[in-house]
Amino acid sequence: MNSLYKYILRIADDSLILGQRLSELCGHGPAIEEDIALTNIALDLIGQATSLYEYAAIVGNEGKSADDIAFLRFEREYTNALLVEQPNGDFGMTIARQWLFDSFRVLFYEALQQSKDAQLAAIAEKSLKETKYHWKHSSEWLIRLGDGTSESHERVQNGINYLHKYAEELFFMDEVDAELIEKGIALDLTTIKVAYEQKLNEVLPLSTLSLPTNNWKQTGGRIGKHTEHLGHILSELQYMQRAYPNMEW
Amino acid sequence: MVKTETDIWLLLAAIPDPEIPVLSILDLGIVRRVIKNDDEHVTVHVTPTYSGCPAVKAIEKSISEKLTAAGLIVSIVTDLSPAWTTDWITAQGREKLLAYGIAPPVDEVDKSVLFAEAPIVTCPLCKSANTRMVSQFGSTACKAHYQCNECLEPFDYFKCLK
Repeated sequence: MNSLYKYILRIADDSLILGQRLSELCGHGPAIEEDIALTNIALDLIGQATSLYEYAAIVGNEGKSADDIAFLRFEREYTNALLVEQPNGDFGMTIARQWLFDSFRVLFYEALQQSKDAQLAAIAEKSLKETKYHWKHSSEWLIRLGDGTSESHERVQNGINYLHKYAEELFFMDEVDAELIEKGIALDLTTIKVAYEQKLNEVLPLSTLSLPTNNWKQTGGRIGKHTEHLGHILSELQYMQRAYPNMEW
Repeated sequence: MVKTETDIWLLLAAIPDPEIPVLSILDLGIVRRVIKNDDEHVTVHVTPTYSGCPAVKAIEKSISEKLTAAGLIVSIVTDLSPAWTTDWITAQGREKLLAYGIAPPVDEVDKSVLFAEAPIVTCPLCKSANTRMVSQFGSTACKAHYQCNECLEPFDYFKCLK
């Protein structure tokens, strides 16, 4: 499979899996406004994934539809970062995960708008507008919980402590990226690394929270090696297509 | 009967947005181009409001049905770039929104600035500017949830997307 196809899937899988995770909260949000907010964000993410899978179906040129790619791969064929498959946990954990991800995504899409691949640039341009809203939402909650009660502070801090080790993988690059960076299609992620740290540090002091000092990093998702959580997500995500092959909405 | 491009635009103007039916799809500014390939074939370029907006598929279906019924063979192309902005909602569309009880979008500063000043949204009922945002995310992807501090009316705000 060519590099562009793999590259698109990495972006698409991040969106799909996080969108699926957030949609688990539909009807279970801590307050009705938040229930609606989280599912709105899930909807944007799944919409972005749809645009990306549709493009991957064309680039892959194997007669597979966007739905085939989204629903009918095996676990090891999904290349989302480990961060997005982590369980929702409590609301502090959900917000911590979203904030670590949104902070990255805003910078990522901003830069990807310059891609020489016109379709990727167009998807980035479209997605960026939505992602800015997501980032504002997760950042505001991070501050509110961090600078809230001792209980809310502790919970969101626990979320950051648990999840920060997975954030590094958002900057994972290999030969797929190298080939596409050469062609001006992919983004050299090292160019947004400093901006990412700055973006986190813009919010952290206001939230009175801090990043863990432990420097342990865990990667694997980008090459298909997942935590035990992805399989469980897929069993739910793929159920309808496996039980009723080729069903349509 | 052969349809002119103007006829086609008129047909499109009669298609309502499925979620905010007071607006036509032209009021929303999502039909970007209509190209008559020949007497029978027409290509309509549509751009989505939000990536995941479930209305997009319904709108494509309505366009297809409407123009097919008029004897045309339709193909629909999705344009992602330039990305849709609320600036493309027509002046007429804004008036219709307001009359329907949804506050139309007002200019906002960049969302990537964390504590950017919130827009002043006017209550569609009593016209007071003393309103507050309840949630950035409302009943559909394109709306935020507001409440008027004067008349206490809860209302939707069609949020600014730039």
